[in-house]
Parts: sequence; structure tokens; C-alpha cells
Amino acid sequence: MSAAESSYHRAFPVKGGDFAKAGNAACEIKELLKDIGLDTPTVRRAAIVAYEAEMNVIMYAWEARMDLTVSPDEVHLVVDDRGPGIPDVELALTEGYSTATAEMRELGFGAGMGLPNIKRNADVFAIDSEVGRGTRLDIIIRKNGHVPS
Amino acid sequence: MIVLKDVLALLDGELLTPATDPEAAFGKVFASDLMSDVLTSAEPGALLLTGLVNTHVVNTCSVADLSGVVFVQGKRPAEDVISQARTRNIPLVATKMTMFEACARIAGHVQDGGHVRR
Repeated sequence: MSAAESSYHRAFPVKGGDFAKAGNAACEIKELLKDIGLDTPTVRRAAIVAYEAEMNVIMYAWEARMDLTVSPDEVHLVVDDRGPGIPDVELALTEGYSTATAEMRELGFGAGMGLPNIKRNADVFAIDSEVGRGTRLDIIIRKNGHVPS
Repeated sequence: MIVLKDVLALLDGELLTPATDPEAAFGKVFASDLMSDVLTSAEPGALLLTGLVNTHVVNTCSVADLSGVVFVQGKRPAEDVISQARTRNIPLVATKMTMFEACARIAGHVQDGGHVRR
């Protein structure tokens, strides 16, 4: 059986500003990965990545599509948002740098750890952002990949 | 390690999810109001102490495999948050103690039990 034949794909729409549903996509992704039978550390890393990415969309973007593809050896997550984009990606990847509002911080988010934590949990991480258009994250989490220190 | 019944006794806590096993054990304890920090640093199986009471606390625990929550300083989550935790089998405790006092009591208990604190 080829990897393509044995892969599973599903898309999750996420709406910016919808704090009431924040985390629903990530929790659903986690249950799916558990049902598929992936090992616990891989499921945890993928769920954290999905949750941080989902929260970023809810806090900063207008809408996004999260595309999850699971193959025997890896979890592939692409998060493509329509939003304001990130003017300085390198700065946004710095731990502690944040443009979050007080409201976001009151919810326990916006500490400037989201993107760095996504990168930390990923085996492959790519980000492409255009101001005025949006941001695209392309993340791979490999089974038995690295465990963040 | 600390078990739920000891947490309840130490913190004069109220168990908000009564169906939970009082012998449920937590390998670590993590205290924070920042869910970003929980997602970055808390270990699987840990008990979270927090002053936040929104749904993101339960979501964060669920995503990061934390095993229980203590809400400090007399804060109580809304019924929908409790119901969400029940569904996900995450025990919730409420205590009137401050974060500092709750942490100090748990740390003292762990130390008295001969466990090495990091």
C-alpha cells in the first residue's frame, strides 16, 4: 500500500475572533489522532501545535483552513489564514514577543509563546506571511520524532 | 507524586467533579495563569493550579495531557466548563486559598513525603 493510499485527510475551518469555539478543532484533531492509533507523545505534540495555531487564527486572523493529513509516518498540518499577516516573521518567532491585546492575555494567551512553541514541537516548520493577505504555516510532526526539551 | 484526596485535604478544596476517583494521582504540579506557559512547559499527567476559570483551561489540559485542575482564590468555573471537564475526565477542584498558599502546601506535602523537588 502506498503512503497516499493509506493517508487520512480532513480540513477544519476556523473563524477569527470566535473565542467561544477556540480549541474545538485542536481537540477534535487530538481525538482523531488517538483513534487512528498514533503514539501518545506524537499525538500530544500534534495537538499542541494545532491548538497554538488555532488560537493564533482566532486572536489575529479573520479566517483560516486547517488541513490535516495523517500518513503512517507523520502528521502534516497546513494552516492557511486570511488575515493581516506578520510584518516581521523573525521577531514573531522570538519567545515573549507579542502584539496581543489585554483581552487575549486575560484568557491566558498572547504571551508570545505560540509560534515558538509550534516550531519547538515540529520536526519540519515553514512559515510564509504577507502583510494584508495572511499567513501560511506548514508543519510536519514525525512519528517517533524529536521530543521538545 | 500527589493524589487527589490529599490535594482536597491540604487545600480544604471542593471537588467540582464528584465522580472522580479520589485516588487519582498526579506525577507533577504546575502553577500558572498563562495557558501559553502550560502548553510550553507543563508535563503530561500534571496537576494545574490556576486562577483562570474559562474553557481554555480545560482545553489546554486536554490538549497537553494534564490530569487535573485546582482553581485558586475562591474562583469557580461556570457550569459549562465543569461539564466539559467531566466529559473529558479531568477532575476539577476549587479552593479559597491563594495561589501562593496552595503551592506552598502542596510543595510541603511533597517534600514531607520524601519526594525530591526539582
